[in-house]
Amino acid sequence: MATVTAPAPGRRRRTPLARREARWAYLFLAPWIVGFLVFYAGPMIASLWLSFTEYDVINPPEYTGLDNYRELMSDPAVARSLGNTVYYTALHVPLVMVISLGLALLLKRVGRLQGFFRTVFYLPVMTPAVAVGILFLLLLNTQDGLINRALGLVGIDGPSWTTDPGWVMPGIILMSLWSLGSTVIIYLAALQNVPRDLYEAASIDGAGPWARFRSVTLPMISGALFFTLIVNTIASLQMFTEVYTMYFGNRETQNTFNSDAASFYVIHLFQEAFQFLHMGFASAMAWLLFVIILIITLIQVKLSNRFVYYEGEDK
Amino acid sequence: MTAAVERGAAPPVPGIPPARPTVPRSAAGEGRRPVWQRVLFVAALVGAAVIFMLPFVWLVSASLRPREYVFAPGFLPVPFAPENYAEAWSAVPLLTWFGNSVVVGVAAAAAVTLSSAWVAFGFAYFRFPGRSLLFGLVLATMMLPFAVTMIPTYLIWSDLGLTDTQVPLWAGNLFGSAFYIFLLRQFLLSLPREYFEAARVDGASYPQLFWKMAFPLIRPALLVAFVFEFKASWTDLLKPLIYLRNEQLYTLPRGLKVVLDRFGYGGEQQWEIVLAGSVLATVPMIILFFLAQRHFVEGIATTGRKG
Repeated sequence: MATVTAPAPGRRRRTPLARREARWAYLFLAPWIVGFLVFYAGPMIASLWLSFTEYDVINPPEYTGLDNYRELMSDPAVARSLGNTVYYTALHVPLVMVISLGLALLLKRVGRLQGFFRTVFYLPVMTPAVAVGILFLLLLNTQDGLINRALGLVGIDGPSWTTDPGWVMPGIILMSLWSLGSTVIIYLAALQNVPRDLYEAASIDGAGPWARFRSVTLPMISGALFFTLIVNTIASLQMFTEVYTMYFGNRETQNTFNSDAASFYVIHLFQEAFQFLHMGFASAMAWLLFVIILIITLIQVKLSNRFVYYEGEDK
Repeated sequence: MTAAVERGAAPPVPGIPPARPTVPRSAAGEGRRPVWQRVLFVAALVGAAVIFMLPFVWLVSASLRPREYVFAPGFLPVPFAPENYAEAWSAVPLLTWFGNSVVVGVAAAAAVTLSSAWVAFGFAYFRFPGRSLLFGLVLATMMLPFAVTMIPTYLIWSDLGLTDTQVPLWAGNLFGSAFYIFLLRQFLLSLPREYFEAARVDGASYPQLFWKMAFPLIRPALLVAFVFEFKASWTDLLKPLIYLRNEQLYTLPRGLKVVLDRFGYGGEQQWEIVLAGSVLATVPMIILFFLAQRHFVEGIATTGRKG
């Protein structure tokens, strides 16, 4: 079928008409090009430069060479926040993927009520992150929270999720699992696109349910698995709102132990930038984050080449 | 869009390839399974659904109980205390924040939808030197963490004297956004080119092609972009945290954070006010989802498929 894309190159030379067309093309692209220069390229260069300076907004930036980066490497607060963030990501992402796949497999088997259950799993995603933070601050309450009440019913003495430094992070991960609905929907769409004859062929070859899952389902949805791995990893390395709502931004509660245990990288960065006005240092932090995300994504892409199966000639 | 379909010019749903028809469900599969498997299946499904819904039930019911009963066991709002909402209403300018969120959300969503569609048309219709390079650059911006550009962007708005206004919360959207440009381009690419060329022959200008033809034809995709961005704006805390000082300008999430700090642990633990505010911030999103369910599901599924 013919599409909007212009005819193949070579069919015509750069005629006046083609040049006129190109002019129009750039006119359509103009907003994005302006936006790219003003809100991406320019700020990237500026923040890279700021990362080599000391800058408090009031006085002009002062060049300090690699000082910020040296400090970055030796600052225990940065190390703490980075460690917490990596810990969170390492647990959150696999848990989200496994649970979402389980839910999507359940949903796939539901008949007429599929839409209803899909909505049930997706509605938490619609809840504003601040409200999620507030809600879980109370659900995780040690004495009266719903979660410890439920644990009590099965005879477990629930931990102090929001006040015991060792339990703050598991509590946050628990909260994060409530909002996995987008991943469920992506998996469900992928599962429904697996051709039925593949399962039938596998069954005829004597494959049991587990073998069918391993050698039909997983390869056929590996593209979706890979996509959610990357997207969820990038997002969780930048976790901010829910945790900031729960444990930060409030003088009375912030100087307690739990703000340390709940310190995430972007939260620490935000505070360095906008509370302590260490704009240069915060810029260095941002660039370190960017490099970390790039490296992790590259590794994941490399791995995916080995495990992801692309149907047909697509890619 | 209807007109186009009648003329047989456009595919029934522009953009997203129709998903393969789903396997004829339950009837075929479930009936043959042993009973214990079916029981296990229903138990797992219903159990998961209950776990996901209980936080909502608790939130709404606790917001309707008097302060001393917020943490009381059970899921019923007894004793019933709807006056919590009036109390919250008079304690903080909830209505103002609500209005601010609507204004900022509509501005952000309309700006990003219009500009992204305009740019996407440029990428989909025209062939010009540097097209794939530029489109690669569009996609690359999705990888960039917000934190990298956050500080210089703040300095720009600060130099323009626009901090402590709501402008920085939406004006950046006037220049298109990578995710939506990508999404809308996919839809535009599925429209038949002959259709546009016929209009060119009839003397239509390029902006007319965009406004009169492309724009109405991709309306479902435009709605996807609009509802996604409206939700993103409605739930955003970081930007209001950076730019807004004046409480009268706060959006709901920013206001809700103040409510928590002032009445929650920071205050006298008046959780009924905090909860009522949380419900008020959440309900519009739930309604939005039910109004635009198809668009949300379609948008998410598309992103996954293109990955």
